Amino acid sequence: MSILVDEKTRLLVQGITGREGQFHTGQAIEYGTNVVAGVTPGKGGQSVLDVPVFDTVKKAVDKTKANATVIFVPPAFAADAILEAADAGIALIVCISEGIPVIDMVEVYHYLEGSDSRLVGPNCPGVISPGKAKIGIMPGHIHKKGNVGIISRSGTLTYEAVSQLTALGIGQSTCVGVGGDPIIGTRYIDVLKMFQKDRTTKAIVMIGEIGGTAEDEAAYFIKKNISKPVIGFIAGQTAPPGRRMGHAGAIISGGQGTAEEKMKIMKKCGIKVCKSPADIGKTVAKYL
Amino acid sequence: MKIHEYQGKELLSKYNVPVPNGKLIHSADEAAEAARELGTSVVVVKAQIHAGGRGKGGGVKLAKSPEEAAQYAGQILGMTLVTHQTGPEGRLVKKVLIEEGMEIANELYMGILIDRENSQVMIMASEAGGMEIEEVAAATPERIIKQHVDPLIGVKPYLARKIAFALNLRGAALKQAIPFIINLYDCFVKEDLSLLEINPLVVTKDDRVLALDAKMDIDDNALGRHADTYAYRDLDEEDPNEVEAGKYRLNYIQLDGNIGCMVNGAGLAMATMDIIKHTGGEPANFLDVGGGADEEMIENAFRILVVDPKVKALFINIFGGILRCDLLANGVVAAAKKLNLKIPVIIRMEGTNMEEGHRILNESGLNFIVGNGMKDSAKKVVQAIQ
Repeated sequence: MSILVDEKTRLLVQGITGREGQFHTGQAIEYGTNVVAGVTPGKGGQSVLDVPVFDTVKKAVDKTKANATVIFVPPAFAADAILEAADAGIALIVCISEGIPVIDMVEVYHYLEGSDSRLVGPNCPGVISPGKAKIGIMPGHIHKKGNVGIISRSGTLTYEAVSQLTALGIGQSTCVGVGGDPIIGTRYIDVLKMFQKDRTTKAIVMIGEIGGTAEDEAAYFIKKNISKPVIGFIAGQTAPPGRRMGHAGAIISGGQGTAEEKMKIMKKCGIKVCKSPADIGKTVAKYL
Repeated sequence: MKIHEYQGKELLSKYNVPVPNGKLIHSADEAAEAARELGTSVVVVKAQIHAGGRGKGGGVKLAKSPEEAAQYAGQILGMTLVTHQTGPEGRLVKKVLIEEGMEIANELYMGILIDRENSQVMIMASEAGGMEIEEVAAATPERIIKQHVDPLIGVKPYLARKIAFALNLRGAALKQAIPFIINLYDCFVKEDLSLLEINPLVVTKDDRVLALDAKMDIDDNALGRHADTYAYRDLDEEDPNEVEAGKYRLNYIQLDGNIGCMVNGAGLAMATMDIIKHTGGEPANFLDVGGGADEEMIENAFRILVVDPKVKALFINIFGGILRCDLLANGVVAAAKKLNLKIPVIIRMEGTNMEEGHRILNESGLNFIVGNGMKDSAKKVVQAIQ
């Protein structure tokens, strides 16, 4: 098994006619993902890579029974795209767009709390269940089907971890990029619960970074609720305070959210914490 | 994006949040004139830099006459103000705000921020105004009031009343505090702020409620819809290398070490800094070229890194996903030739089109050192500067 994404995923691409949308639609199809529809308002009736394009998400869902969507629209319009997908009742919304104003996300988060849709992201690489399907921008070929679940706030650092695992012959059940923004839809804890239930997943890698307290909350949750081994890494051990390190959410403020503090709490909660990013693969091998 | 106190107060006035009368000046002569215009027996002379702790550093003075205002302004303008937030190098003061003095009965604190834990806007208030709020939170957390705001309803009078009563405001001050809080929240949301701090928020002896200071951070992601506030940007307050990098949509932050880093992705860029440090080196910067980098961006990134004289070696760590390794290699080769590069360059490439990328590097005739994985590459770059 795997979580969130698999052979039953019927994917819709919002912003399919844009450069990014088009490129990654091609990549997803090549990987074996069932892409059933695209949406670009005003371009309904066209098709991209043989995928039919609709004007609204509602219409696309009615016609194609899409059950997941990936959003590639520019950040100024991305919050609206998420709301449209939720309004159309899509179960899984993955938002890749980076740079959404945080106030927009406050509203979106509030709206989603009252809906049945799950949001992953924004500002994330997406979700992949190796050998089954991918929703997002990660390079499919570095992955290998297997039994390690990965949760991360970062994109390329996740690829780094995946490639270390694959090189050691260790495959992945599902890799979830939750996103680097201060306000995100799906958090570590939500994914941890799913990995705990998923029978295929035998170990979990949790990759965090400076800023906020999400890793601390996750660590306390793991201590109480997760029986599978969890291997952790925190990026930004050398980051200066008060500066936004690329990701909008990666900032140490008021002495809070340092890597040191997070690593201490994670260790205390029984997580195997790697100090060096080069050790993630071999630490997993040790505890798997 | 941070803005100055006087700019923050302009924004507050737009939302009918009361602030003291004041005038921005650039010379001592203007200071005397501004003090005369304000006409109060005391005026406050305040250095305008993007850092807190100005009072302790000598950047805020009370003047009892226009002459004294001119004297203080003369001292403050052109001084290098060092506070706990500027670092030891301090910040050159180029602008001064002259404000009316007032008799203060009570100093409070009010802040609005995004609470990441709850994904909501949160108002924080305290009767312990005028102090560092982090210190209040650490020593006496019970003195801080926290109020989350429902984004669809906003701050209604009942909520503002709840906060004002909790601050022990009564009578005329209470009546003014209610619209003050409502308007402050309005300003926060409509101006896309990520942080708004009024410290102190004062109640005067004649029962006026005013924002005596204003610290604001505007959400960088929202600047596109605020052309007017984007004009508040003060390049003097920013690192010139960072400004240059920003022109090419590069995420760059200057650090103290001597190993220049170029990485794709923020998380991997931080992890690269970390592994350099673990290996015994010191990173000179954080640089994320992003997923959609093209050859030109890579060339510009390269130029910004090597222009810094303290950089003794370069570490390029790329995990090719969307960014293809061959494209990166071409950009690096072109830049190295153009800039006539003398320092060692260690390149670690993995992912999409890796073989092609390595071929381009090998056939370039340039002396690149190729690393195998992060650990090996970090070792090689640290060795290269020894």
